[in-house]
Amino acid sequence: DLSTVDVILISNYHCMMALPYITEHTGFTGTVYATEPTVQIGRLLMEELVNFIERVPKAQSASLWKNKDIQRLLPSPLKDAVEVSTWRRCYTMQEVNSALSKIQLVGYSQKIELFGAVQVTPLSSGYALGSSNWIIQSHYEKVSYVSGSSLLTTHPQPMDQASLKNSDVLVLTGLTQIPTANPDGMVGEFCSNLALTVRNGGNVLVPCYPSGVIYDLLECLYQYIDSAGLSSVPLYFISPVANSSLEFSQIFAEWLCHNKQSKVYLPEPPFPHAELIQTNKLKHYPSIHGDFSNDFRQPCVVFTGHPSLRFGDVVHFMELWGKSSLNTVIFTEPDFSYLEALAPYQPLAMKCIYCPIDTRLNFIQVSKLLKEVQPLHVVCPEQYTQPPPAQSHRMDLMIDCQPPAMSYRRAEVLALPFKRRYEKIEIMPELADSLVPMEIKPGISLATVSAVLHTKDNKHLLQPPPRPAQPTSGKKRKRVSDDVPDCKVLKPLLSGSIPVEQFVQTLEKHGFSDIKVEDTAKGHIVLLQEAETLIQIEEDSTHIICDNDEMLRVRLRDLVLKFLQKF
Amino acid sequence: MPEIRVTPLGAGQDVGRSCILVSIAGKNVMLDCGMHMGFNDDRRFPDFSYITQNGRLTDFLDCVIISHFHLDHCGALPYFSEMVGYDGPIYMTHPTQAICPILLEDYRKIAVDKKGEANFFTSQMIKDCMKKVVAVHLHQTVQVDDELEIKAYYAGHVLGAAMFQIKVGSESVVYTGDYNMTPDRHLGAAWIDKCRPNLLITESTYATTIRDSKRCRERDFLKKVHETVERGGKVLIPVFALGRAQELCILLETFWERMNLKVPIYFSTGLTEKANHYYKLFIPWTNQKIRKTFVQRNMFEFKHIKAFDRAFADNPGPMVVFATPGMLHAGQSLQIFRKWAGNEKNMVIMPGYCVQGTVGHKILSGQRKLEMEGRQVLEVKMQVEYMSFSAHADAKGIMQLVGQAEPESVLLVHGEAKKMEFLKQKIEQELRVSCYMPANGETVTLPTSPSIPVGISLGLLKREMVQGLLPEAKKPRLLHGTLIMKDSNFRLVSSEQALKELGLAEHQLRFTCRVHLHDTRKEQEMALRVYSHLKSVLKDHCVQHLPDGSVTVESILIQAAAPSEDPGTKVLLVSWTYQDEELGSFLTSLLKKGLPQAPS
Repeated sequence: DLSTVDVILISNYHCMMALPYITEHTGFTGTVYATEPTVQIGRLLMEELVNFIERVPKAQSASLWKNKDIQRLLPSPLKDAVEVSTWRRCYTMQEVNSALSKIQLVGYSQKIELFGAVQVTPLSSGYALGSSNWIIQSHYEKVSYVSGSSLLTTHPQPMDQASLKNSDVLVLTGLTQIPTANPDGMVGEFCSNLALTVRNGGNVLVPCYPSGVIYDLLECLYQYIDSAGLSSVPLYFISPVANSSLEFSQIFAEWLCHNKQSKVYLPEPPFPHAELIQTNKLKHYPSIHGDFSNDFRQPCVVFTGHPSLRFGDVVHFMELWGKSSLNTVIFTEPDFSYLEALAPYQPLAMKCIYCPIDTRLNFIQVSKLLKEVQPLHVVCPEQYTQPPPAQSHRMDLMIDCQPPAMSYRRAEVLALPFKRRYEKIEIMPELADSLVPMEIKPGISLATVSAVLHTKDNKHLLQPPPRPAQPTSGKKRKRVSDDVPDCKVLKPLLSGSIPVEQFVQTLEKHGFSDIKVEDTAKGHIVLLQEAETLIQIEEDSTHIICDNDEMLRVRLRDLVLKFLQKF
Repeated sequence: MPEIRVTPLGAGQDVGRSCILVSIAGKNVMLDCGMHMGFNDDRRFPDFSYITQNGRLTDFLDCVIISHFHLDHCGALPYFSEMVGYDGPIYMTHPTQAICPILLEDYRKIAVDKKGEANFFTSQMIKDCMKKVVAVHLHQTVQVDDELEIKAYYAGHVLGAAMFQIKVGSESVVYTGDYNMTPDRHLGAAWIDKCRPNLLITESTYATTIRDSKRCRERDFLKKVHETVERGGKVLIPVFALGRAQELCILLETFWERMNLKVPIYFSTGLTEKANHYYKLFIPWTNQKIRKTFVQRNMFEFKHIKAFDRAFADNPGPMVVFATPGMLHAGQSLQIFRKWAGNEKNMVIMPGYCVQGTVGHKILSGQRKLEMEGRQVLEVKMQVEYMSFSAHADAKGIMQLVGQAEPESVLLVHGEAKKMEFLKQKIEQELRVSCYMPANGETVTLPTSPSIPVGISLGLLKREMVQGLLPEAKKPRLLHGTLIMKDSNFRLVSSEQALKELGLAEHQLRFTCRVHLHDTRKEQEMALRVYSHLKSVLKDHCVQHLPDGSVTVESILIQAAAPSEDPGTKVLLVSWTYQDEELGSFLTSLLKKGLPQAPS
């Protein structure tokens, strides 16, 4: 029930594509937190998605097939699809704007107070512009949420690992999809395949998202094309948000790695694609219609979406170039299986190269990270606790830590194995002044505190107790029950033991005579014969048995208390 | 007694060389490190020897914070860090870090190359100084050390200007630097949350001014520029390369476009183009409108405004020239001013504040004969206009910010003493907040009473909270616990837990009182009567009659016994612990009064 959710923390722009469904169509009324680049680029991704979908309006939509009995009869993969009844239409731009307007922008290392009870802080995760890991902490507990992080040096600010230290629980997700591929090697392969195709007069198609890895690919090509003698080959970037994406990438200096930051200080644009555009090597278009059809020259390199090959301009290029073996399609986005993506286009003559570039953490980096930050407990999705099904012998492709990671599944509630013991409370200076500490053991002092507790917005404050009110002399005759003492006035606990000899001396000093002491199994009995009073003294208890003489009882009590410590 | 101490080394009852020392909870922070435009001698830099006579500055200062790139806030930084010697961290925002060294280099060039000053900081010193800078994001909480944290807030004013909160535990100070509470054509308005600092140190440049709407001033400005160029005059607008310049450029650019004017607009020095580039790359720091439209049209790409060449100044015909620096105290703006001053058709528009001692200040105060270097006297015939475009908060804005942050007290800097006096009274009367305005070298000491954070065991807290929720809990209730102090670790736990943790056994103190009653009935019957009596008197307490014949009230045990000697007397044994003392002694005195006669 999303109306019970108070806060949504967004880690990176890929993790917010479903946000309009939550903010617009459920009872959710909480707050969403994200960094500025996340929101701006997330908006671009959604805008592209909406644009692609709306280009091909469907006059009718079928839903009867969702009936379980019918679905069962359908061919794969439809019959294996899960939870088809929850499938939704794509949202509209209006819903996107409304959803994004509800996001509160935050910066790295900003401490955000939630309800006075917990503090959340985004940390740089190194994966994408503005991507964050989150720390959720109270004064005594700390939970880290690590999602989509990268230790490689690409364009974003490096991952902040130090701040993850001393976590009670570390939730780990968003690891690399392709743990066996090395991103650096993939980039090299990307460039060489691209060069080979273009030299042979073919075209290269790169299905991709409009932001993220494309910036790095363009930067590699910027350095590569001149040395490979390809400077005359046009690079086309086709997306409804191509221009915005390229422009936005240049203005987030504060979220970039150090190298790019220092460029901005010069001042120069941080990404070299500015120069590619200036020299007309890179051109961008909102779609294949309009200007693009006039400028289009072959052979060329086209970056366009959607990487699933199911919609967007990429579909046209697949159909245009699929029949020639001169052309190549290079898959770089790791989110989709390239074989499945290609299935509807088979048979294909064009070459298909799979160079998934996923900079997120792999299992080796994870174990290094865990050794570094040493969380008490690790929590992760179930998949990460066993090797991938296709490579069940690869025991290295799973999370290995001590104590073993706790795993969770979809829609499962996991109780975290730590108990909250303390919370912060403030002591007013006046009260603090009135405390009398006594040293119990070397280095350890105690003070009894009696104070008024004030709690507001989950913040606790101790104030000095009010002065006892003056007894009011009412004219009305009091009823007996008015005198019943308020048992909620707490008496301190006592500790210590009473040395009998000294106690007897004290009694004598205070005018008691005729004192007799008897030894018992556990202690002593002090008899005050005159007063018909008997005091049993044991190691950790004292029992005063007397007649109903309040004066006497109070006197004895005070003498006993002298020997004891109050708490 | 904990206290916060503030000493301005500069900008105390003055504008220029902002530099304020703050001591808070044992931490020493220096806010800004500026130069004074009105002086060319020792007085242009703050007197750092005040900080420490013989020790190293690095040992004494925990950090230095620079609020923005204007030279009266950062101009002394290389002198301070490289020549006096400071190696600790210097905090500033990213745009400030980017632009600051350029302005410093510019300043150095004018001082050394043009005026031939010796013993000035070098280019290398600027570079070394900037290496000590740590850039901060807006709203990022920077942990300077374990206790001291700082946080930047947006201040408007110029690109990258920030207000800083300095916090140690529950004590905090906010320093505004220069700020602007109304958005302008290129920047947004300053904003701070209700952070309730102990002290707010605010600039007060326009302490007595309440400015009319910006639109009027803009119209006025455009009208004056337009009229002058129409009659063939030249307009000189002395500006600082970054800040007002961009705002006025946007203004003129849109006006030129709308009116289809052809009169050339120039921008002096190569710095400007570079400056505009900074604005393009730091778009997130500009105002909402520019941020929204920058993809379609970057407002800092000007079509009508071209780079100025020194030779253009002698060209005939009208023109508009933006020239640096803004106070006509040196450089290109002063050169052009000297060339054009003699012609009454020309106009100089001063769009910002001018510090005492500068040419700008002199002509604004009506002086028409200026003594220049070499005993030359320059007669000013050109029109002199002043338009307040400098992005400082006016009196209304300052009051507004004080209202936003809700500080316990306010301290005024960066303003003229007379004006401060006025604002001080206004703040004290209208906002009922104490207000200070120390002169340079004068220390203000504010006692603080920080509350002490300790950990409270959740068990104890929950027990109290549950009871606090009861409806009868109108009157304040007492929480009772034990504070364990071990090293610097303070924990408040229930007394039981404290005993347990320290391995101390509880000592139980128990009382048993004999209450003699005359009664001939049997013990059981007696107990029953005691029970019904107590039940009727103690309505709020739990009174129980146990099967063994005894009666309990809460944890107090009452047993009836018959001493053998006298069948007419019964003895009630009332037994309770020290913790129930009140109730126990109340019960004995109640029972002593005897039992009421049973209803017949």
